[in-house]
Amino acid sequence: MSSSMSWAEPADVYLSTSLASYLDKKLLVLLRDGRKLLGILRSFDQFANVVLEGACERLIVGDLYCDIPLGLYVIRGENVVLIGELDPLKRELPPNMVRVSEPEIRSAQKVEREASELMGTMKKRMDFLDMD
Amino acid sequence: MLFFSYFKDLVGREVTVELKNDLAIRGTLHSVDQYLNIKLENTRVVDQDKYPHMLSVRNCFIRGSVVRYVQLPPEGVDVELLHDATRREARGG
Repeated sequence: MSSSMSWAEPADVYLSTSLASYLDKKLLVLLRDGRKLLGILRSFDQFANVVLEGACERLIVGDLYCDIPLGLYVIRGENVVLIGELDPLKRELPPNMVRVSEPEIRSAQKVEREASELMGTMKKRMDFLDMD
Repeated sequence: MLFFSYFKDLVGREVTVELKNDLAIRGTLHSVDQYLNIKLENTRVVDQDKYPHMLSVRNCFIRGSVVRYVQLPPEGVDVELLHDATRREARGG
């Protein structure tokens, strides 16, 4: 790192749009493909490329959820939609949500996918009827 | 730079940011940068039931490239001023 690189004063960090105020905090990162990653922010740059330590992906299907551990992740900025600071004093999910194992969430995903495919084919048939 | 300056003047105001993935977040505009990245404070998601994972998010950073709309407070827009500034910028400063 060149010595000319200057760092904002701590006071400025909290006024700026930089991610510096989120360093070492537990964050939720929403990606463009809809994935939800959680982890501790360890590094970032002006493109919102970020490094998450202890990252996991949170899968949610209806009232069920599961955190899949991933490890250390570098996320390319263009995939980032939103970076949210998780308030440690608040519960992360509504009380009705139940944590399940990975096989359970995978099968719930499969059921949801099949249901939406079925809905799609039914809609198509309806459209066909409307055409008559 | 016009909209950057414009958004900077809106810091501290309550805005709703609608993203390209349809997620709409209301909060106090904390800061904005040259890419129109936005930081919001005291956020709440407009349709919370649909986005349970956002429950404990109170502060967030939104990448400028994924923003569809920013809904402003009605008194936050001085169209006359914006119009003048646009003409000034179009003339080259």
